[in-house]
Amino acid sequence: MKRRDFFLSLGGISAALASGKKAYAEPKKVTKENATEFLGVLCDVSRCIGCRACEVACAKANKLEYMPQPSRDHALEKHRKTSFEQRTVVNRYKTSKGIVYAKSQCMHCWQPACAAACLTNAMEKHQEGPVTWDGDKCMGCRYCMVACPFEIPKYEYESNNPRVQKCTMCWERVEKGKEPACVAACPVNALQFGLRSTIMETARARIYAHPDKYVHQIYGEKEVGGTSWVYISPVPFKEIGFRDDLGDTPYPEYTTGFLYGVPVVFLVGPTLLLGLHQLSKRNGEPYPSEPLDVSATSPKQLEASSDKKEADKR
Amino acid sequence: MSTEYHGRPEGMSLVSFLLSELKPKGSLLTPFNMISFPIMVVGFVLIVIRFAYGLGSVTNLSQEFPWGIWVAFDVITGVAFAGGAYIITFAVYVMGKEKYHPIVRATVLNGFLAYLFYAIALTLDLGRPWHIINPIIGNSFGYNSILFLVSWHFLLYMTSELVEFSPAIAQWLNMPRLQKVLEKITLITVIFGVTLSTLHQSGVGALFLLAKSKIHPLWYTEFIPVLFLISSVFSGISMIILEGSISHKVFRDQIDPTKHHDFDTMILHLGRGASVTLFLYFFLKVVAFIHGHHWHYIGTGWFNWYLVEMLGFVAFPCYLYAKAYKESNVRIAQFAAVISLIGIVLNRLNISLISFNWNIPAVYIPTGYEFIVTFTVLFAEIWAFRWGVNRFPVLRGDSH
Repeated sequence: MKRRDFFLSLGGISAALASGKKAYAEPKKVTKENATEFLGVLCDVSRCIGCRACEVACAKANKLEYMPQPSRDHALEKHRKTSFEQRTVVNRYKTSKGIVYAKSQCMHCWQPACAAACLTNAMEKHQEGPVTWDGDKCMGCRYCMVACPFEIPKYEYESNNPRVQKCTMCWERVEKGKEPACVAACPVNALQFGLRSTIMETARARIYAHPDKYVHQIYGEKEVGGTSWVYISPVPFKEIGFRDDLGDTPYPEYTTGFLYGVPVVFLVGPTLLLGLHQLSKRNGEPYPSEPLDVSATSPKQLEASSDKKEADKR
Repeated sequence: MSTEYHGRPEGMSLVSFLLSELKPKGSLLTPFNMISFPIMVVGFVLIVIRFAYGLGSVTNLSQEFPWGIWVAFDVITGVAFAGGAYIITFAVYVMGKEKYHPIVRATVLNGFLAYLFYAIALTLDLGRPWHIINPIIGNSFGYNSILFLVSWHFLLYMTSELVEFSPAIAQWLNMPRLQKVLEKITLITVIFGVTLSTLHQSGVGALFLLAKSKIHPLWYTEFIPVLFLISSVFSGISMIILEGSISHKVFRDQIDPTKHHDFDTMILHLGRGASVTLFLYFFLKVVAFIHGHHWHYIGTGWFNWYLVEMLGFVAFPCYLYAKAYKESNVRIAQFAAVISLIGIVLNRLNISLISFNWNIPAVYIPTGYEFIVTFTVLFAEIWAFRWGVNRFPVLRGDSH
């Protein structure tokens, strides 16, 4: 363990022991009525010591079948992704500033692609922040998996009653005013739960206070329109497994243009087609030439038609 | 079999007629049956296994590739193949192009069955198919989802195709008054169906707008919906030419011999339409390429692959169709149809599978089982089509 990490963990543990609660995380109870903004978590990558207590807490809180064994399973030796049995994983990265640990889980986007993709509303963004999956609605089409830019929803391919597994930001706990299990378990305060404005402030404050320690970017502030989970890091985010090419546009906006067009097509389409039909009918059926051409309107046309008749008689 | 059509004989009860029609007509031991039947049996077993043990037991789907060939080929590509029905009904009923009337029923029947069987294929792919009615019965409407739109259009369009075809069924059952009523609503159904088609053909493309971070930029463009719609036109036409050419060979005895030449002319005219849309499609693809500032991909492997699709399977069939029309050569038009259909498969798979997740090491290679199930669905559809053509007034006699 590095000296810095040691002090950090010591500080974290002693703070937790002394006060009985978190030094930073002090979430206000957010109800549907007063929710003007959502909750989120700040993950300070520089603080993470790779202990994977969050993984264990997640498995326990969500009663997941797979229980990580941080002291024994050597899981940090390779880069893992969240899976259908693990909703959060910590990875170890060799970076330009040495070893850095980064936790990954659902980012809980402000405007989630998965929820925009879902045709049954099984994926739902709650007003309070968390994005959850509802097994009573889901039909298992896996479009959410196609859509998610962070590749978070995971599917139980080996089951005949498959579920889509993803981090729920511990929605059941958050609903009761508690913080997510991983946040509660973190011994070094690498995770801070709170209103998004609060955690953004904390993130900015830390970057201002230690401009050399952090890269000057808060991942999730703008990415895909903003996410509930935000990250600050000592190294560029690309070095710790984050994509830097996702853009700032909220994903649902890529399809809104098309969706807005639908009612227009439904109004214009049939009208246009009926009109075309009428036009083609007129063209398809020849005008009656005998007796006088009634559809001829101009005097010249009338003349022409009567001239033709006379010529025929002769 | 004569080219005259006879439906239910006068005086025969409906039930006994339907029972008699269930019996196979003609020999069962045809080469096609001998190949397709065993595959369908194996496919059926695989489907049972899939529902008992989950998708992973049969497919190579993964967390990185949630959609395999059951979606990418059976549904995404299949919808484009089935585009012929809306093109032909538009031409005949809306634009009054009577010369295409003889192929309306075959095309609509084919389109309807295609949609029906693709819907079945989709059900096989759904993890929780017992919730398939959720977006329909209204307890959870995902209005903001393209897939919601597409699934509703699927359902409505299948219904309109059935209505468009229903006069033939009434004729089969020898119910002239019902037939008259059903014929009266054809135009309005066609208009509804064409509108639905434009929306869901483009909607299938719009599904991939959300996969921006995963599809290679050469294939990802905000024009995907428009490109899908336009390509569904020449894809539909090519399918009519291919399916019609095969039908005219297989069911030749059902067709009035004096009409054989008409069909050849029709192919050439349809081919001309395909050539124009292929050209338009090619042009739009170039616009999308320039608009996306993709010059720096030139020289990469992906660009070469993109060129194969663009030149070999868009520009080439475009030229072939034009040549066929100019030289009045049906063979070339049929060849062009095959090439452009391969091009459609290539394009749809490029977007949904091949260039999908191009930036990560994971790849998806379908299992043999997935192919068998795909062929099972395809063969089942052909069996149903054959059953229909042999019973309904599709190709025979007065099929107006």
